[in-house]
Amino acid sequence: MPYIPHTEKDRVRLLKAVGAGNIDDLIAVPENARLKGELKLPKGLTEQELTRALKEKAARNSTVEDYSSFLGAGAYNHYIPAVVDSIISRSEFYTSYTPYQPEISQGTLQAIFEYQTIVCQLTGMDVANASLYDGASAVAEAALMARRITGRDKVLLSAALHPEYRETVRSYLHGAGNHVSEVMYCTEAGVTLPAALDSALDSDTACLVIQYPNFFGSIEDLKSLAEKAHAQGALLVAVTNEAVSFGLLASPGSLGADIAVGDNQSFGNTLSYGGPYLGFMATKTKFIRQMPGRIVGETVDIDGKRAFCLTFSTREQHIRRERATSNICTNHGLCALAASVHMVSLGEAGLRRLALLNLSKAEYLKKALANISGVEVAFSSPTFNEFTIKISKDPEGVLKGLLKKKVMGGLNIKRFYPALDKHILVAVTEMNTKDEMDSFAEALSKVLG
Amino acid sequence: MGENGVKGLLLDEPLIFERSSEGRVGVAPAEFDIPEADPKGLLPAGLLRDKIDGFPEVSEMDAVRHYTRLSQWNFGVDSGFYPLGSCTMKYNPKVNEVACRLPGLSLIHPYEPEELVQGALELMYELEGYLAEISGMDAVTLQPSAGAHGELCGLLMMAAYFKDKGRARTKIIIPDTAHGTNPASSHLAGFKVVPVKSDGKGALSVEAIKAVMDEDTAGLMVTNPNTIGLFEKNIKEIARVVHSKGGFLYCDGANLNALMGIVNLGAIGVDLIQFNLHKTFSTPHGGGGPGSGPVGVKKALEPFLPAPRIKKARGKYSLEYVRPKSIGRLKAFYGNFSIMVRAYAYIRRMGGEGLKRASETAILNANYIKEQLKDTYHLAYDEPCMHESVFSDKNLLGYGVTTMDVAKRLIDYGFHPPTVYFPLVVHGAIMIEPTETETKETMDKFIEAMKSIAEEARTNPELLKNAPIKTKVRRVDETRAAREPVLRWVKK
Repeated sequence: MPYIPHTEKDRVRLLKAVGAGNIDDLIAVPENARLKGELKLPKGLTEQELTRALKEKAARNSTVEDYSSFLGAGAYNHYIPAVVDSIISRSEFYTSYTPYQPEISQGTLQAIFEYQTIVCQLTGMDVANASLYDGASAVAEAALMARRITGRDKVLLSAALHPEYRETVRSYLHGAGNHVSEVMYCTEAGVTLPAALDSALDSDTACLVIQYPNFFGSIEDLKSLAEKAHAQGALLVAVTNEAVSFGLLASPGSLGADIAVGDNQSFGNTLSYGGPYLGFMATKTKFIRQMPGRIVGETVDIDGKRAFCLTFSTREQHIRRERATSNICTNHGLCALAASVHMVSLGEAGLRRLALLNLSKAEYLKKALANISGVEVAFSSPTFNEFTIKISKDPEGVLKGLLKKKVMGGLNIKRFYPALDKHILVAVTEMNTKDEMDSFAEALSKVLG
Repeated sequence: MGENGVKGLLLDEPLIFERSSEGRVGVAPAEFDIPEADPKGLLPAGLLRDKIDGFPEVSEMDAVRHYTRLSQWNFGVDSGFYPLGSCTMKYNPKVNEVACRLPGLSLIHPYEPEELVQGALELMYELEGYLAEISGMDAVTLQPSAGAHGELCGLLMMAAYFKDKGRARTKIIIPDTAHGTNPASSHLAGFKVVPVKSDGKGALSVEAIKAVMDEDTAGLMVTNPNTIGLFEKNIKEIARVVHSKGGFLYCDGANLNALMGIVNLGAIGVDLIQFNLHKTFSTPHGGGGPGSGPVGVKKALEPFLPAPRIKKARGKYSLEYVRPKSIGRLKAFYGNFSIMVRAYAYIRRMGGEGLKRASETAILNANYIKEQLKDTYHLAYDEPCMHESVFSDKNLLGYGVTTMDVAKRLIDYGFHPPTVYFPLVVHGAIMIEPTETETKETMDKFIEAMKSIAEEARTNPELLKNAPIKTKVRRVDETRAAREPVLRWVKK
């Protein structure tokens, strides 16, 4: 049997040692609770057969290498340096558990401490946690955290926040009576509508949640939004799910955000059909006791040597049970390690260069597409590496036409925004070459023509 | 590094920031094949980034050495025996790691058109079916990212069910042996927790449930086998009590490794369960994740499952988003796909017969350790155990030695300590879960070490008090970490 080392002789010896005649005698499950018959599952496979079966499944998927992909919307196709997989494949990292025994977990602990520091540096915040599941659940946790801090109920989401993130917040907050409302976006600029905020923000508002850059790719004026939120005593939660933008854009902390959350998938984590990704959270020192998730701190051992351990555990479920800040236990530690290794490999100069490359490519494609008859850039705001176009035909048919030319031309956002029924969200990264972009423009022109 | 091993090189390694040198790039990004844009012309000045003070800048080789050294201070399942109770630290098969890295499974975008990802959807659809069969449930969602996330999903579905029936329920019953995530998830889902005590034998009694179960109570969350490692023998009768008041029986599936092919949870009254793919189904724990926490439900709860659902019609797979009664979603996209691939690979490799053998062997191994150690360490409940057993430090307290000392001394013998001080109902608990993937020889060495430590406790307790002595760092000052928090590096 795979992965079970006992020989028949071992089994007999072990059964004898526990005083059981056979395995059924040993299993302390009453007869009336036993499964009658066998599990109806496919017969076990050899490793070679399994590999063949999985390759067959994999072959029925088309990858972002088989097509030119301009899909983003919270999942970005970036180049992952070889060092990343090399490090996260070290089984001392990936086969260990949460570092409850610090003496034999210093590797994981120091790596998380470094990751926390990097997240603080990128977001302009004081403290960060060890990770959360993904960007969407991180926003939900931030909303709950803001409610605990302010003692207020109302959570205000920008309609330009990723629709699946908004849905997640609503599910998470259901138990706490919801109180979630949305602020419309400006149809001209593609950013949160300032005028709508004035009536929506009030003294019951715990937080205003703004994506930066937002779902449409537009870069929000975070500073003035933070000022508006603060004027009403509410917190500003900034959400970033294209973390490469941190290499170019001012940090959420420097613009007045109180909690910065989002997804660091862009660094070191493969697309993998949507997960696992890497939720992050950072905040100001004064809010740390309301922050959910694991936190690693520096201390010393009994010889006075630098050491790291989990800390502030009294916020967590295993100590505080129903009074914990969150129910989170398992987080996404290995994804955080992947992100760290990628960012460390880039360094500041590399990160800035990568961000500039993404911006430059997106600007190139934006211009190329805007030159096509029947295509316009949908919103006037500046963008980073993702933007929304409006086309003259139904996007469904157009995107299908592009697929025939081996182009995944972006995301039809009508499903999320019925009013935006001619709109496609287009993402560009360093993975898209000039030739690919030229071919995309040419193909789109033909499909529309 | 144990007494039976050799002490290796344990090199010191500074923080990555302390290795940094300004302007150094490890792996440079691609070259520009388009004109370089001018950010100043495109973005308002206030939105441009200043210098990132202290960001690490190292060579590729220095990055590799840094993380390689860090890894050497870690102990994983691949390093040695890891009997961490309740966590099911079984072997993480290498073929799983190869499988999830196949380009056709790793380089696919979640918003690709359905016709381009039929293989992925089929894999997920089949995995849902396997988990349903193993648990006796009618439908499974793969969306939750971890066990606690799955609990939240299940609890929100229960809440939605009662709301839909026109009468919301406010309470949930949770035994005192439960994992902390159970009450924390219940609170998050808006329920008031009604605690219930286990009886003198570590089990739930029908009477105790009867006394608290009413029509304001959504149901009971029970871990089975429970965290003492005992099968809840009264489970069928308890299910009847819960059902008679219209409630649901939620099973925390953290301990499912004891039940595959042995118990059909659906048949004995369980209405919903979360699976911890990172425990039962061999996916690695990753130093604290990522895991995956699918949830299985009986028919009555199926309409409330998160959206989207995977549908199969005429041999084609699709995603169904319009589900009016759904609780919505708990994350973006569909779940931790690459973890699902690993679990899928494991189930296909094992087959039904193999999974049953895994559970049987996990039980056999746990009982073996229990029998071998019960004359040396105090056994919390002297009953035949399932996949884990719980001891305590009761016999050692007279020597001034505690569970923590035993745990730390085990490290010097080359073993990862068991789970300690949990479950809370056992004072000084030592919870041992060997799993099915360990040999008798490995368990014998562990048993020998545990006995030797008990002897040291009597003859030379200082050895335990000072342990560990062979590790990178020795006992750490956790109080100082909380009192004088240093939670990030800051450039001096």
